Parts: sequence; structure tokens; C-alpha cells
Amino acid sequence: MFISPHPARRRRVLVLATAAVVGATALAACGSGEDVAAPGAGASGAAGSAGSGGITVWVDASRAPAAEAFLAANPDADVEVVSYDGSANGSDTFKTRMNLYDQAGEGWPDVVFSTQNNDASWASQATPGNEPFAAVLDDGLVDPEVLEGFTEGSLDPCTVEGQVYCLRNDLAQVVLWYDQQLMDDLGYEVPTTWEEYVELSGRVAAENPGVITGSVGDAWTPEVFMWGSRCPANQVTGPRSISVDATAAECVRAAEVIDAGVADGSLTTLSVFAPEFVQEYSEKVLMMPGPAWFAGAIFNNPDSLALPEGRLGVAAPLPWEGEEAVTGNVGGGTWFVSSHSENPELAADFVEFVTTDDAYQVEQAPGYPAYAPAAEKWLAQQEESGYYATDLSALTEAGSVIWDGWGAPAFSQEAVWADTMTPLVTAGGSVVDNLDTWGEAIRNEAQVNGYTVE
Amino acid sequence: MATAQKAAAPLRRAAGPATGPRPGRRRASLVPVLLVLPYTVLLLAFGLGPAVYALWLSFTDATGGFAGVDNYARVVQDFRFPGAARHVALFVGLWLVLLVVLVVVLALLVHAVSRRWVGTALRFAYYVPGALAGASSVLLWLFLLNPVASPAAPLLRLLGYESFNDTIQPTNLPVVFALIAFWTGAGGWILVMFGALNNIPDDVMEAARIDGAGPVRIAWSIQLPLIRKWVTYMVILSLAAGTQLFVEPTLLSQASNAVVPNDYSLNQLAYQYAFSLADFNGSAAISVLLLVVSLGLSSVFVARGGLFDTDAS
Repeated sequence: MFISPHPARRRRVLVLATAAVVGATALAACGSGEDVAAPGAGASGAAGSAGSGGITVWVDASRAPAAEAFLAANPDADVEVVSYDGSANGSDTFKTRMNLYDQAGEGWPDVVFSTQNNDASWASQATPGNEPFAAVLDDGLVDPEVLEGFTEGSLDPCTVEGQVYCLRNDLAQVVLWYDQQLMDDLGYEVPTTWEEYVELSGRVAAENPGVITGSVGDAWTPEVFMWGSRCPANQVTGPRSISVDATAAECVRAAEVIDAGVADGSLTTLSVFAPEFVQEYSEKVLMMPGPAWFAGAIFNNPDSLALPEGRLGVAAPLPWEGEEAVTGNVGGGTWFVSSHSENPELAADFVEFVTTDDAYQVEQAPGYPAYAPAAEKWLAQQEESGYYATDLSALTEAGSVIWDGWGAPAFSQEAVWADTMTPLVTAGGSVVDNLDTWGEAIRNEAQVNGYTVE
Repeated sequence: MATAQKAAAPLRRAAGPATGPRPGRRRASLVPVLLVLPYTVLLLAFGLGPAVYALWLSFTDATGGFAGVDNYARVVQDFRFPGAARHVALFVGLWLVLLVVLVVVLALLVHAVSRRWVGTALRFAYYVPGALAGASSVLLWLFLLNPVASPAAPLLRLLGYESFNDTIQPTNLPVVFALIAFWTGAGGWILVMFGALNNIPDDVMEAARIDGAGPVRIAWSIQLPLIRKWVTYMVILSLAAGTQLFVEPTLLSQASNAVVPNDYSLNQLAYQYAFSLADFNGSAAISVLLLVVSLGLSSVFVARGGLFDTDAS
């Protein structure tokens, strides 16, 4: 038999796509081929629920310790842990997989962690012929007292038409991280407004080229700069309606910050998770507006910047002159319980444990816990660790000033930014001049997802 | 199967005529049927069956009622559709030209190598990349395209690419995908062409040489016309594969944190329709459109390339 080099292999992908339509048997066979789309969630992911008495849990790599903590506390629990990409960076893995299982009529995991916080917008809605994926959690499945313990507003993205569909893992309020020692060495002062931030960035670029004051190479750039500037590009006004004004003055001023920083090199266009970022900017990050989880994921991470002890400072979100400070939020994961679960009690116990129990949220969590009692202990413990150069009151402050004008629609704002604006920023194009392009992309994406654009 | 048998033919170094079933023996006629049967069953189950089902889906709505051309209208009006169609067309055009020119030239060169071991070594080297599984060879390219990790970093920097995001600028993508596809797929085709060149009778080549034709003239006037069928065959299969671009952009989308969108190609768009919007009818409509375009283009090549002409020699 003659071996056709490559066509057959490509065709297998189409078979995979069509097989999805044909049914579950074909899918199970192709499951391993799908590792591509979600590393690790292949064959085992396609295997679905762990049968009666057990649950299948999908987590991303960063949340693996949460599952381990649960197993350590409940050694008899039958929990199968599947690792997947956490639906990060607009990959939409969670949503696409659940649609696949909806179509097959089986195979749903019992618990899913998502790094996105907008999944409730679709998981709470029924698809043709299927009930919604997410189980309602405030109908007795989760203890009402536990629900009340979450930081005010943190369950908003999980709440659709008055019902809670997920538990928030962490808050991701944006603060200003800075390197206290580098500030002192170079003789700079921490800025207190965006205007000062821009001015300082300009000075840093001129006096110390190679030192950076922020990053704009990631998909969450709009959530840091635009959201924190009250840019009305993503105002969700109803379950399926959105208002988009990407060229408002609030968006323009934020875009000017990005443009100025990219032009003079004070803002890097590399992703903070790119290996070259670590190579180039180790101990050269003067400051960086970014979410709470930057502390554990980037600064205090031996595999990333690995900033030594006693240097990392945190300042409250920057206001624009004459305004109250508001801030953005980058993700902050969510835990879902499947409505199809054969073991909803165990699944609910699991999500309760990982969002509230000290064993994970205080001892191990890299981000700021959404559960208020855990957040207090977490902050105290972080301060005790001696890692930070300042106290962490800025985090608490930021947690209470997340601007509520930036919604959580069913599509990923990060993906829209990544494919519309990131190439432009990388190539040194002007964000200010292309805000209408961005707005148009958001409107298009919203319409395709069934939103009425106002 | 018929084409596969045909493809196997040139790999025989001008062997004698194949020994077919002896006429008049009725039981022997069952053998080819038995041989073709498993393939036919699989073709029906995984090829024609789903295609017919997709056709049915594309003309119905979510509840199963007849929808006319609504699904087609909807997907064609999707803001992502023209872009995706353009991306695929660019990629396929680039890739086919690259494939036809380079594969034929390389096959002719290898065929002209007089030292047996050199030719064998070259053929083996060509084939190695094709032996890697599709996804893993794309993963390999993720490193090659990153100026930080790539062995070809000096070249990338010379072209002005300082980071992975620079390399995968939208304008570069068709070239990048064409290179990846060529690298993974061309080796096998070079072997096929080599076999086809071996099939050309020695006396024809001899006659040309005696008439004073040089190697270039022989390639142009004798070898190329005689391997035309195999080139056509390669173009058709590659066209079918190329329009289904999926693995490369999907992996690149993951690796670039969505800078390469996950709806870059038509096949990805179909995937998004099905599994992101839960719109299987729209997804089927895109698939059917792809099928129609591929079939249309392929039939042009079949007609022009004389692929199904019986050997009148």
C-alpha cells in the first residue's frame, strides 16, 4: 500500500471534525488526536465521568495543587484529575469541549476549573436539546453561609439572572507592582497617577534603556489599561446585549499610554510568559501594572523573574488626575459543577474545599482568594513571609475598586484583543489610530455570539 | 484504492505487466472484491456517510426542519468568512506552486545522481520529515520560528524578527504554513516522482541522448510530459489536504496565546461554529462549501492532467 505522505493525515482532522457529528464512538477513538487542542485533556478527557461514586475534575496546571490538597484531606474520595489548558488566552477549550459532550450526550466532567471568569454567560444557558452545563449552586448544593463568605462582587461574573453558577477561585484585581530596590538605586519615586506613570516611563526609557515599566504583549492588556481607565468598550447591558464605544476619551487616553510606552521601549511587547521575557528583563522590571496573581506567577516564581526577597512593592491602582481610582481585573478563575454529574454532592464538596479551605487557598494559592476569610489569612501570611518590601493593603484596596462597567460577555475579550491588536502593538503600530478597528472587532464577535450591539 | 494501486505502479522499476487474474476462472474474481471490501466499508462509514450527513445538516435548522440556503447565507455573511477563505486560498496557492516546482526539480536531480548510495541517502533524507506525525512536526516548527530558540535564529533576525510574535505577523502566516506543509509533505512526493521517473523506458531516454539532447532538454521534453499524471495526482491530493488547513493554525493559535486567531482557516471556522456556537448546521454548511470548491478545482486538474486516461501505449 502506497503511503500518501501528508494528505491522509490532514484528512484525519476533517474526519475528526465530522466524526464529532457522527457520534460518541468515533470521538472516543479520535480523542487522543485532540491532545493538540488541549494538552493533557485527550484520551482521559474523552473518557468522561469516573463512574458512580467518583468524580472527574478538570484543572489547569496551576490548580493541580488544589486537587492534591483535596485528596490529601479526603484520601478516600474517588477523584480523577484531568489536566487541561484552563481555557486560557481565549482558547475556549472548556466551551468547545462541553459543546462536544452535549452533542454526544455523555462524557461531561463533574467539576471544571476555568481561568476565564465569563464562562457562566454560556454555561448557564441551555443548548438545543441539552440542559445548561453548569449546575445551580445556590439552590442548596453549596452551603449558603459559604456563598456569603465570598468578597462582595466576586460572584458577579458567576451570577446569571439571580442564580449562582460557579464559585470564584481568586480575584485578579490590577495593582501597580514595583521593584523597591531598583526604584531606590535609580532614584525614582513610585507614581501616584497615570499622568505621573507616563512621565516616569519616559524618563526611564531615556535614562535607563532596557529597564521596563510595564508589559503590553499579552492578551489581557485591555483589562489592565482600558478597564482601569473606565473605557466603555465592553458594557454588557443584558443577558444578550452589549454596548461598545472603543473610541471614547477614556479609551484614547489609555491607548496613548500604550503607544508612548511601546514607542520609547518602556513597555515591552513580549508576553510575560515568553522565555525571552525572563531572559531580557530579569531584575529590570522597575514597575508593572498587573493583576494580583503576578506576585506568585511572575515575580516570586523561580521559573520566571525570580525577584529576590524584600524587593517587591505593591501600590494601589493609579487614578487619572482629578478622578477616583478604579481598576481592572484579569481573569480570576472559576469552578463549575456539572449539572450532569452523577455525584453532585462530592463535586460540590470539592469546589467548596478548593475555594474556601486554608489547605489550598491560604497555604498554596498563588492568587488573592475570592473567599474573604481566606483572603485575610492569605494576606497576613504573605506579609509574614517577608517576601514583600511593602504591606499588602493595596491589594485589599484594589479588590474594592474594580470598575463595574466592564462586563463578562460570552466571548473572550482577550481573544479579540490578541488577534486584532497584539500584532499591531508588536509591529509598533498606533493603538490610538486603531481603536475603531478594535471596537469593530468586538462588535463583530458580539454579533456572531448572538448579542445585540447597542 | 484504484488510485493507490496506480500510485504503486510507478514504484516498480519497469517490471513486466502485472499478473492479473486468469480469464475464465470465476473464483479468482472474488479476490479483488475481498481486497477492496474493507476499504469500501471504511470509506462509506467515515467518508461518504459523514459527507452526506453534513449535506443534510447544512440544509436543515437546529430543530431538523428544512432551512433552504439559510445556513449558507449565514456563514458567508459571517465577518470571519471572507478572511478565512482568503487565508486558505493564499496558503493553497503558495503551497501548490512551491510543491510542484520544488518536488519536480528535486526528483529530477535525485534521479540524475549516478552514484547509487548518494541517491539512496538523499531519498532517505527527504523522507525523514514526513515520518514525523503531523502535530509533532508542527510543534518542532514552533521552536524553529522563535528567534530565541531557533537554530535558524540568525536568519530570522536578519529578516528583522526579534520575537516569536514578530515572526508570526499575520502577513507572514501563509508563507509560514506553506513552509511547514512543504517540509512535512514534500519528501513522500519526491519519492513518488522518483518512481515515476524510473518508469520512463530507457530506450526513450537513450534515443533522446543520441539525438543530442542535454539533461535540461531531456527533462523538459521527455521526463516532464511523461510524469505529468503523477504531478496532477500530487496536486489534487495536496489541494484536498490544503483546503482543510487546520492543525498548523490551531497549534500556532495555542502557542501564540491567540495572536494567531483560532478561526484563521475555514476548517477552524467550521469547528468554531460547531463547538463554540453550538451551530452544527452552519458548521456543516462551511464543510459542504469547502467540499464543493475542492471538487470543482480537482475536476479541472483531472480533466487537464489526463489522470484517468487509460494507458493507450
